[in-house]
Amino acid sequence: MFAMVIHKIGEFLLLLVSTSLVSNVVLSQFLGLCPFLGVSKKVKTAGGMGVAVIFVITLASAVAGIINKFVLIRLNVQYLDTIVFILVIAALVQFVEMFLKKAMPSLYEALGVYLPLITTNCAVLGVAISNEQAKYSIGMGTLVGFGTAVGFTVAIVILAGIREKIEYNDVPEPFKGMPLVLLTAGLMAIAFIGFSGLSGAL
Amino acid sequence: MNKAVERLHNGFIKENPTFVLMLGMCPTLAVTTSAVNGLGMGLTTMVVLALSNLFISLLRRVIPNRVRIPAFIVIIASFVTIVQLLLEAYLPALNKSLGVYIPLIVVNCIILGRAEAYAYSNPPAASLFDGIGMGLGFAFALTCIGAVRELLGAGKLFGFSVLPSSFEPIRIFGQAPGAFLVLACLVALQNYIKEKRKKAGKPYEKIGSGCSEDCMNCSEQGCSRRFYDENAGGQRADGAVKKVPEKAARPEIIDLEKEGK
Repeated sequence: MFAMVIHKIGEFLLLLVSTSLVSNVVLSQFLGLCPFLGVSKKVKTAGGMGVAVIFVITLASAVAGIINKFVLIRLNVQYLDTIVFILVIAALVQFVEMFLKKAMPSLYEALGVYLPLITTNCAVLGVAISNEQAKYSIGMGTLVGFGTAVGFTVAIVILAGIREKIEYNDVPEPFKGMPLVLLTAGLMAIAFIGFSGLSGAL
Repeated sequence: MNKAVERLHNGFIKENPTFVLMLGMCPTLAVTTSAVNGLGMGLTTMVVLALSNLFISLLRRVIPNRVRIPAFIVIIASFVTIVQLLLEAYLPALNKSLGVYIPLIVVNCIILGRAEAYAYSNPPAASLFDGIGMGLGFAFALTCIGAVRELLGAGKLFGFSVLPSSFEPIRIFGQAPGAFLVLACLVALQNYIKEKRKKAGKPYEKIGSGCSEDCMNCSEQGCSRRFYDENAGGQRADGAVKKVPEKAARPEIIDLEKEGK
């Protein structure tokens, strides 16, 4: 019994590490680049965005899993997955925003501004679709969603930290602004390749 | 006919979605590991873009302003699904190498951007050519980036070895970091050209990208697409279809401009 629990926890951690670090959603899959580059000027806002993304992706992958199992598969219309998922996600984000505004104003204060930005974040749809393609169960899919979003948060907070440090550095004129950020992201991606050895070791 | 040529030129060169507007960066970085992949992704996007532009333009008087985003999404997602099924049937190898990025064409901001900035307020024929022009521009850009990465990362071009065997491939360009590095150089080049044009007295102006800013900055300025746009009036923002500037389809852009942003 004890060994089983340990085994389960190990599996859980392995999944978390592999989805958040080894195949990082931004740095190796290029999903959610717009907020990654756009909202990473300050660590504080990047953190807020990260928490909002964790919240939305976890919720969206759970909902997408449920819809996939109880509607799409049951009615045998899996080919409608893209249409259904994107509509559900877009509606869900706005619904969550309205719900938070009414029910939890303090949480809305913290996350509200970021929520509309996530609607067309391709990471949300990407996780839902790749969960479906990998035929994950609802619980597993939600966990993968959570791990992916944690990976996003880690990446955006690190990038924001670096950007705060290099903001006033003397760089060649054409490289000022976005090119420098992209180069930083490239170097981060090289660093994250180092994690690929981790999945075999665990 | 003139209009068609003008639209094609506009999409391919003047407002090239990748090189000039900097839209749709996720697929641009993800699938350009080789020239063939870039071309495949570009052409797939072009088909979806042209057809969705055509249909949104045909339905532009029927779709209410408030629910235009879900309406656009349904039209775009339908075409993406059709194209995906066709690829699965006839080009399974390409479908496999592009993987999850095919369904993700739905959230490519070029397509929603063109729907809002052009197709929603212009006649069908022009919208179709706008889609084809933009799509060709995107395909061209992706092929270029893919070719550079393939050449540096594997010493090949379209799958053929073109460099002497003494050339040691720089593997990193074929992997994820290479995409960021190539794009960084590209944006730096764009900045350089912009600066030069400014000095020459021909400032570079961005028109009708459909996003208040490009991909790199849009999140900050709230380039959010609300599912149900409560701020938009029940009526279309542009009463007269032809005479209103392209931006009129997006009330929030006008709001932003009023606030002096």
